[in-house]
Amino acid sequence: MKGRRLFVALLAASLGIALWGPARAADDTIKIGYIDPFSGPFAATGNNFLKVFSYVLEKINAEGGPLGKKYELVTFDSKLQPAEALIALKSVTDQNLPFVMHCVGSNVGAAMIDAVSKHNARNPDNRLLYLNCGALATELTNEQCDFWHFRFTANVDQRAVARIKTLPQSVKSVYVLNQDYLFGQSVQKATLKYLQQYRPDVKIVADELVPFGKVQDFSPYIAKIKASGAQSLVTSNYDRDLNLLMKAGNDAGLEIRYDAYLAHQPGGPTSTGPAGDNRLTSVMEFHDNVPAEEHNPAAEKFIEGWRARADFNFIPLDYVTMFQMLTAAINKAGSTDAQKVALALEGMKVTDMMGDENIMRAEDHQLLSPLREAVFTRSAKLDAEKTGLGWKTETKLSGADLTLPDTCKMKRPAS
Amino acid sequence: MEVLLVSLLNGLVYGMLLFMLASGLTLIFSMMGVLNFAHGSIYMLGAYFAYESTRFLGFWSALLIAPLLCGAIGAAIEIWGLRRVHHNGHIAELLFTFGLVFIIGRSVQMAWGMLPMPYRVPAGLDFPLFTLYGLQFPAYRGFMLLISAGMLAAIWLLLKRTRIGMVIQAALTHPGMTAALGHNVPLVFTIVFAGGCLLAGLAGVIGGNYQSTEPGMADAMGPIVFVVVVFGGLGSLAGCFLASIIMGMVVTFSVVIDTSIADLLHPLGIAVHNDDLLGEILTVPVARIGALLPLLMMVLILLFRPRGLLGTRDT
Repeated sequence: MKGRRLFVALLAASLGIALWGPARAADDTIKIGYIDPFSGPFAATGNNFLKVFSYVLEKINAEGGPLGKKYELVTFDSKLQPAEALIALKSVTDQNLPFVMHCVGSNVGAAMIDAVSKHNARNPDNRLLYLNCGALATELTNEQCDFWHFRFTANVDQRAVARIKTLPQSVKSVYVLNQDYLFGQSVQKATLKYLQQYRPDVKIVADELVPFGKVQDFSPYIAKIKASGAQSLVTSNYDRDLNLLMKAGNDAGLEIRYDAYLAHQPGGPTSTGPAGDNRLTSVMEFHDNVPAEEHNPAAEKFIEGWRARADFNFIPLDYVTMFQMLTAAINKAGSTDAQKVALALEGMKVTDMMGDENIMRAEDHQLLSPLREAVFTRSAKLDAEKTGLGWKTETKLSGADLTLPDTCKMKRPAS
Repeated sequence: MEVLLVSLLNGLVYGMLLFMLASGLTLIFSMMGVLNFAHGSIYMLGAYFAYESTRFLGFWSALLIAPLLCGAIGAAIEIWGLRRVHHNGHIAELLFTFGLVFIIGRSVQMAWGMLPMPYRVPAGLDFPLFTLYGLQFPAYRGFMLLISAGMLAAIWLLLKRTRIGMVIQAALTHPGMTAALGHNVPLVFTIVFAGGCLLAGLAGVIGGNYQSTEPGMADAMGPIVFVVVVFGGLGSLAGCFLASIIMGMVVTFSVVIDTSIADLLHPLGIAVHNDDLLGEILTVPVARIGALLPLLMMVLILLFRPRGLLGTRDT
């Protein structure tokens, strides 16, 4: 009898702790649901981003987060499947988290915009904001734009403009190759459009879509590219689809420039290796050598800290900028209420780590930020992924250079 | 013409790699009735083992060590795992190997991380063998062909010219009868399973630097190998070989075909537009759906010839 009473008391106590614990923690933290692939073929990307975020948040929390609180990430696995991401989103809303963040996959992004919008309409007392840190399809801030969605990174069209404007004048023929899904097709359209607009002298010798993540050997494509005689291969392939493509090209001794969109993504430099020397370029927010190039000691220290901790290179400056903006917006709104923070974010201007102006455009919730075109070379000071080669900026485009018209007709909540 | 010849070579290389994987799987599948889901995972392990041994002992010893390690793992899986669940029927075995996929996949991620390994072609084989219409054919691909051809010969000799080969062959077609004749069928099962895993490990050693060594490689190769096994037919190594080469060629050649069904209909006076009924499907060039063709072929062969190309019994 005594034993049972003790047991009940213990049970009650542990229940009390369980209930009391998180409630107390919620007082001094701002929780952000983070949905990305943490398992499956694209897990490398998700896990790398998570490491970056924990470093960035550590810095921001150390400086004192918004309203004197600290950020905390709660992760959910999307497996890069829209259906899985929506299940994860349900968990986020069940836990009443004020923000949900997601970086990988425009197909997932499109599903999330729709789901967040519907959720907010149905649950006015439990709304949340969708912070998009990497779903790049331009449609998400055009046709599908939504009041509750903010994109904190350059979209496909902005990247395509940067990509085309930085193609060397000596390039006269290009082979356009992309992955056959929403993002790849979006890049394909934008590439063709801006090639026509900015470089009518360039001949598009082929425009090809490859199955997404299904090709085991790109040698047949290399034979085709060789036969086409193109000077440059413009591709938005990433991860495995880029690595195997470049590998096959190098194996066959194909003499061509690789003008990529996402070659700087984790794993790209490792798979490319020395063969990419001075032949591979990519369009990115930032890379390890930018602070030295632009003489910014504070940023150099930030990179040093990251490299010492993660033994890896740093690309996503926009992740830092995103939390700068979010912090400023929460402080301005005085709360984490989704609608108040959203209104505070609209039109917000912040200066990023490198001293450049970033603007969150109010009309479509698209960030206007600088992009850098860099070449993969042996002569870079800091290397990427211990390959001995690193990125070196060739051209920098400002947020103003990359400001494009939008077709967004945003529905705003009443009041 | 030039693209044709280059594609022929590439198709052959890819087909032979498929064969190295599929031969082990088809032996296991035909004999034990176990569709070893973990075969792709063993292939991945082979690549990672090879990367590690290459770092310390060089590529040539990796070529020996990694397959042996994979074979040992295969034997362990059979003795302490499969044999125990065997009594519960094929579904249990299937689920067991399915579970192994996750365990091996997760272990690899924990041991080596998510990013691709810098497992590169050995310097001694990193030169162009010959140049064909301005495109180099790497010596390493020639080496891959050599290894897989050697493997084909070795398996053939083992199966046709040795006693254990005869028992295995007998067990392939008449498993019950072989056991009834007093052969140690469990031992034969262990040998076949370990042997199959050894072959997968060997494929991993030479496939790991031909493709890229990363945790996703098991998922990438797994399905296509199943297609090859089903397409080739149960209990037939020759069918497996034929199916591998056919799949290699189909995948490689489909890439260079830019015509669509609509283009074929055009000379007949039928014009198909994108917005017509089925127009979307009919106007897609073959190159875009190339990777799906093997799956389509598998469905067709299951419908019209369930025993596969050269299969000796129904699936």
